[in-house]
Amino acid sequence: MVEKIVTRRFDNLNAHEIAEYEASGGYQALRAMLTRTPAEIHDEVRNASLLGRGGAGFPAGVKWGFCPPGVWPRYLVVNGDESEPGTYKDRQLLERDPHQIIEGCLIACYAVGLTQCFLYIRGEMAHAQERVAQALNEAYAAGYVGKNILGTDFSVDIVLHWGAGAYIVGEETALIESLEGNRGMPRLKPPFFPAAVGLYGQPTIVNNVETLANLPWIIERGADDFTAMGAENSKGTRVFAVSGHVNNPGVFEVEFGVTTFRDIIEGSDYAGGVRNGKKLKAFIPGGASAIWFFEEHLDLPLEKVAVDQAGSMLGSGAIVVMDEDTDMVRACHNIVRFFARESCGKCTPCREGTTWLERILSRIIAGHGRPSDLSLLTEVCENISPGMAWPPRMTTICPLGPSAVSPIASVIDRYRNEFDSYITLSDRSVIEVSAAGMNA
Amino acid sequence: MARLNETSMRIANDILGRYPVRKSALIPLLHLAQEQDGWVSEEAMAHIAELIGITPAEVLGTCSFYEMFKRSPVGEYRINICHGISCHLVGAEDLIEHAEHTLGVRAGSITDDGKISFEGVECIAACTEAPCLQVNYRYRNNVTTDDFDELVEGIRNGSVAVPPHGTLAATRQLIPEDKAAGNAMVDDPTPPAWWPAPQPEEGSANG
Repeated sequence: MVEKIVTRRFDNLNAHEIAEYEASGGYQALRAMLTRTPAEIHDEVRNASLLGRGGAGFPAGVKWGFCPPGVWPRYLVVNGDESEPGTYKDRQLLERDPHQIIEGCLIACYAVGLTQCFLYIRGEMAHAQERVAQALNEAYAAGYVGKNILGTDFSVDIVLHWGAGAYIVGEETALIESLEGNRGMPRLKPPFFPAAVGLYGQPTIVNNVETLANLPWIIERGADDFTAMGAENSKGTRVFAVSGHVNNPGVFEVEFGVTTFRDIIEGSDYAGGVRNGKKLKAFIPGGASAIWFFEEHLDLPLEKVAVDQAGSMLGSGAIVVMDEDTDMVRACHNIVRFFARESCGKCTPCREGTTWLERILSRIIAGHGRPSDLSLLTEVCENISPGMAWPPRMTTICPLGPSAVSPIASVIDRYRNEFDSYITLSDRSVIEVSAAGMNA
Repeated sequence: MARLNETSMRIANDILGRYPVRKSALIPLLHLAQEQDGWVSEEAMAHIAELIGITPAEVLGTCSFYEMFKRSPVGEYRINICHGISCHLVGAEDLIEHAEHTLGVRAGSITDDGKISFEGVECIAACTEAPCLQVNYRYRNNVTTDDFDELVEGIRNGSVAVPPHGTLAATRQLIPEDKAAGNAMVDDPTPPAWWPAPQPEEGSANG
């Protein structure tokens, strides 16, 4: 069993309390860090090649370097708006080991010169908000956060902020809009990185919860120990949530890039295989936005480059398993409906396109589909995401629209027969609408 | 159904003091109004607009974007049944249909006694515990139809202990005045106190 990093305290059900956190080495990285320069800490993280754990997988140390020199103040915004269907890791990290996130925030702030931190937690996660509020209150009292931390020049406030229910706010520029008190709509790019122009127009680092959770370990143990784990392009460990039709759904921290999909889906230490002795039909490798994988992809490693090259993404570490009895049309509709509901409405191809995809799939499932609906689906998909491949060719500001295309692109050819079996009308059928039906 | 009362105002002032730009407090203040009244009224939105120094229309603009804010009275208990993909695969639709029968209303509505609202919602991040739901944003995992009936029974006879709709975290963040580092004001270009004087290699490190 590989060493755990971010979930190392999960066996201790009281790890959210400051005494327990300190007793297990907590805040030692902070103390060690304060004896070193910000540049040394930044180098340590850059050398660890820590990839962002939110979805896009961009190297955190490189992102930190995008702040224009000499422009102050700079802010840290923590992305704890976990909402990608299938994803269940950040909430656990926030609830079970909140001090680890706080220490991670402090490390980022010190290394990059960020003088205020906003910890944005998804609105629906009341318990995580409680745990983090409690932990922050303890950390302020102990002198780990606030003015002159541990008697040094290092001062930073960490402000708990919470959302109010909008998936799109997970996109980093939408997160910033939301934090500014606005509707959570993504900003037009460029600038591509909020590190250049972010919160209040200032340089801003936006990091995911799991990304920050890795920092205390990296500072404690050093970049070399971190890069000793994982594959060439994917260092350290990663947390995956395996859900759906498996015997033992769960959240597993595994060595990054080494473990395969087969290991984590079928392994007895992990999800334990497809439940009820059924066969695997499909699985989603990285959250609802990802292109689906099938049996032939099982032996791919959980590694960024390999999964990218196979045409999908590891995304937010959410693996959703579907067994042989799964109705692909309904599963597909489920995900399309999600994106249709969550489209912020800013870009026309997404606002209109996702809504039409959902309506067409709904009518197919209701038995009112026509043969031409399948080419219509493809046509609408092409307008949102030309080529229907991942990474998408964008017609929109953010990837939400193209994400709605992913499930359709995944199954419309491979499981054409299932779509066909729903279609009972011909293109020339007249649907009889009775007077009773009209009043219903 | 009103402006923020005295207790809420104390909390509101605390919240407003934590942001370099006041409008950032808008979402937390809307939550505060919802915690006070169970929903967000026009009076509360007008009051929040005054506190921040923006128009009521701007407050409504933000408020109406977010799923959690309810601009008309809702049941004291909100049951949100997840119908995200992981829950869908293990029977969320059946659970929702069952809930409609148990409560006697369609998903998205409120029971006749005004006590319970329920709806199907998008993924609530408990995918390995599917099917799952939230009652006033408190989780119930691996929910069977029997569990659901028991929950409704418990709500009706008062044995289910969850805070009323609108209350999120039971613990609030408190930043003691003597410990606060203070807001990083947008118009203050002073480098951080711990930041070393500019090094010649900083430019290349950022290249």
